[in-house]
Amino acid sequence: MTPIRYIDMIRERYSRLGYPVYQWYRAEEPPAWTPLKKPLGESRVGVLCTAGTYVKGQVAYYYKDDTSIRLIPKNTPVSEIRFSHLTEQYLPAARKDPNCVFPIEPLARLEAEGVVGEIADDLLSCMGAVYSQRRTREELIPNVVERFEAQGVDLAFLIPL
Amino acid sequence: MGSALDIIEAANPPRAVFTDYPLGHTTGMPDDAKDQYELTRAGLEAFKTIVEPGTIKHLERTWTLSGDWKAAALDDSRGDERSPRDETPRYQYEDDRIAAEGD
Repeated sequence: MTPIRYIDMIRERYSRLGYPVYQWYRAEEPPAWTPLKKPLGESRVGVLCTAGTYVKGQVAYYYKDDTSIRLIPKNTPVSEIRFSHLTEQYLPAARKDPNCVFPIEPLARLEAEGVVGEIADDLLSCMGAVYSQRRTREELIPNVVERFEAQGVDLAFLIPL
Repeated sequence: MGSALDIIEAANPPRAVFTDYPLGHTTGMPDDAKDQYELTRAGLEAFKTIVEPGTIKHLERTWTLSGDWKAAALDDSRGDERSPRDETPRYQYEDDRIAAEGD
């Protein structure tokens, strides 16, 4: 069975409901390409999950263009991992088992097995439903890049909801 | 990695891995540690196996939970399922709000 075309589906659905259509981002440039600097098994990996992941005790995300990020220590017990994201209909599985979209346990195992050199001490999260491309570009992305640079990661592993 | 092929194509990242699962399961089915491990591993290994910029590697995985998830996702009778858009933090549990903000 062919994959769902979400952009067309969402455009049609919200148009029918009378909402303005999303201005979907579409890359105009070829993808930025950076060859690996070192073998995967020696690389430090940064992780960003866009599912609105937070840890109990942290402030949750709000749903109107929240461009903040959270740092999730990689040794956080799974029982303390939470999610807040505009499209909550996609969260039931993750709220039952966070590893569905925030693979903190698989990553620990892959690190222990040496598949990657190291996972950065904190995994990053954001709330991926920011409607403003400008605010994503000018606020959210610089936040993430600054943190990845401070962590000294070799790779950025992105996990959208 | 992701489960919305057209959105991955629109973003055009240098390396990508696609799994044809319902949204919300980017790294696997719930309570299935093997699936989660294998998907996460495939996502990481794509860093070394993909050598052509813009490649989207399709993983051959089989969704073994609820029957026809695509029909459900495409069901327009569901209407608008988005939550209200405002600046109030939305906690998963009330206890989380108290832990973060106090009573």
